[in-house]
Amino acid sequence: MGFKVKVEFLGGLDVISNKVREHSLKVPLEEGEATVKDLIELITKSIIADPKDIPVFIEDDTVRPGILVLINDTDWELEGMEEYVLESGDVFTFTSTLHGG
Amino acid sequence: MAETNSREEELLRRIQELELENEVLKKKVAEVEYDAKYPKIDENFCLDEYKRYGRQMIVPEFGSLKSQIKLKNSSILVVGAGGLGCPALLYLSAAGIGKIGIVDDDIVDISNLHRQVLHTTDSIGMFKCDSAKKYICKLNPHVIVKTYPVRLHNDNAFDIVNDYDIVLDCTDTPAIRYLINDVSVLCRKTIVSGSGLKSDGQLSILNFNNEGPCYRCFYPKPPSAESITTCSDGGVIGPCIGLLGVSMAVETIKVLTGFYTKDNFKPFLSMYTGYPQQSFRVFKMRGRSDKCSVCGSFPTVSKEAILNNEIDYVAFCGKVDSNVLTPEDRITVQQFSDIVTRQSKAPVLLDVRTKEQFQIAKLPNSINIEWDPTFKKLESLDKYLPEDFDKDTDPVFVVCRYGNDSQLATRKMKQELDFKNAKDIIGGLNKWSDIVNPKFPKY
Ligand SMILES: [Zn+2]
Repeated sequence: MGFKVKVEFLGGLDVISNKVREHSLKVPLEEGEATVKDLIELITKSIIADPKDIPVFIEDDTVRPGILVLINDTDWELEGMEEYVLESGDVFTFTSTLHGG
Repeated sequence: MAETNSREEELLRRIQELELENEVLKKKVAEVEYDAKYPKIDENFCLDEYKRYGRQMIVPEFGSLKSQIKLKNSSILVVGAGGLGCPALLYLSAAGIGKIGIVDDDIVDISNLHRQVLHTTDSIGMFKCDSAKKYICKLNPHVIVKTYPVRLHNDNAFDIVNDYDIVLDCTDTPAIRYLINDVSVLCRKTIVSGSGLKSDGQLSILNFNNEGPCYRCFYPKPPSAESITTCSDGGVIGPCIGLLGVSMAVETIKVLTGFYTKDNFKPFLSMYTGYPQQSFRVFKMRGRSDKCSVCGSFPTVSKEAILNNEIDYVAFCGKVDSNVLTPEDRITVQQFSDIVTRQSKAPVLLDVRTKEQFQIAKLPNSINIEWDPTFKKLESLDKYLPEDFDKDTDPVFVVCRYGNDSQLATRKMKQELDFKNAKDIIGGLNKWSDIVNPKFPKY
């Protein structure tokens, strides 16, 4: 049971995962059963190194403003956001919005 | 007495009139000289321009002479003449944009020069917009440059933005990015938007043709002020931010020459990463949001609301309050210096800057614990302090670069870690360099 997806943190967001940008994550559910909502929970439990960093990633039960979420290089808004059903091999990218210039 | 005053006023007025007249005449002379030096051979260009732009005109994607004419007849507004604005301006002026406006109220500082490539060592102290203009005029005499040494704000933004075809957002804080977005949407201008930090960058085209998504469509809620890192805090690699500025120039040329159309334009956000392997990834983005507060069906952000300051961008984006300590928890650099000279034993000094900053310069005997991400999460400082350190009585001092993180660290020590005698050093090492030891390097 379970399948693998790729999770990556860009734009400095890798601070929440000991500076590791790319993670291969095993989803302990059947393909077709897990949504992005489950994935976010899984990330907070198994990737975020220090629970004190969870607020850097989550605010009001969803991904914090200022973080873009991409599913296979496409804005998650176009893919159903938290309702999107995970498929084996999917790539989930989380990136902070940059403001400097 | 009254007579003398009115006589002086009269003279001053006369001087001002003459200065103005002189300005107008100088401009006329320059125009005559320009026409003599570069006689037009057709209604658009002189021979110099054909030669100057030849190498780009013959690239099929560019679109030959008719695209060059479009550039000549275009005007762009570049907001921010810094790490993004300089390289964008450099290439866009070289490419032959007809009129360029530059907004920046900042002055050139030596710490800008590693990335803000239009400014040179001898322009330190000048307005960035004037320094940029100086360079551009030398590079391409066929470009008209107008400078605005002002900060863009609610009152002036519409008047400035209205005069241009498209806007390049090369700024560095969320508040001004929202302002540029709203004003550009309301003035029906496309925005080429870039940003970057450290070795990463992002690039997008917003409000394309008044149909594409805007900044608020992407980011309806601003990020919390605490989560924002600036270039001065986080650092920035010159060529990385430069690459983003250059990419903005490419997108600007594509917009102005009509490469993008209503049909082929797809909303995107490009993400550049400089390390470990350089890459440019293009993300497919959402379209315009019907619920957007400025470009949606029922907008709440209007020209009137901006002009009468109903929309407060600084409040919207929030502000970090870094003055969190009472005066008794703080000492000046001079007081700290006196303590160091008076005591035979060096006082315990915690330096909460990043380890990279600590490696550049540090005070003797200081102990480095990075505020972010280490110190702010610590539950005890025991392993960093001398074994016989007594939290109830022994003094401990906290320093950082400018005195903001050191306050947060001191507060945490007092409130969470039970230090009775922790003191923040006001103004940090920057102040130390100003007041106590000018040889301590500022960076
Ligand atoms: Zn919008």
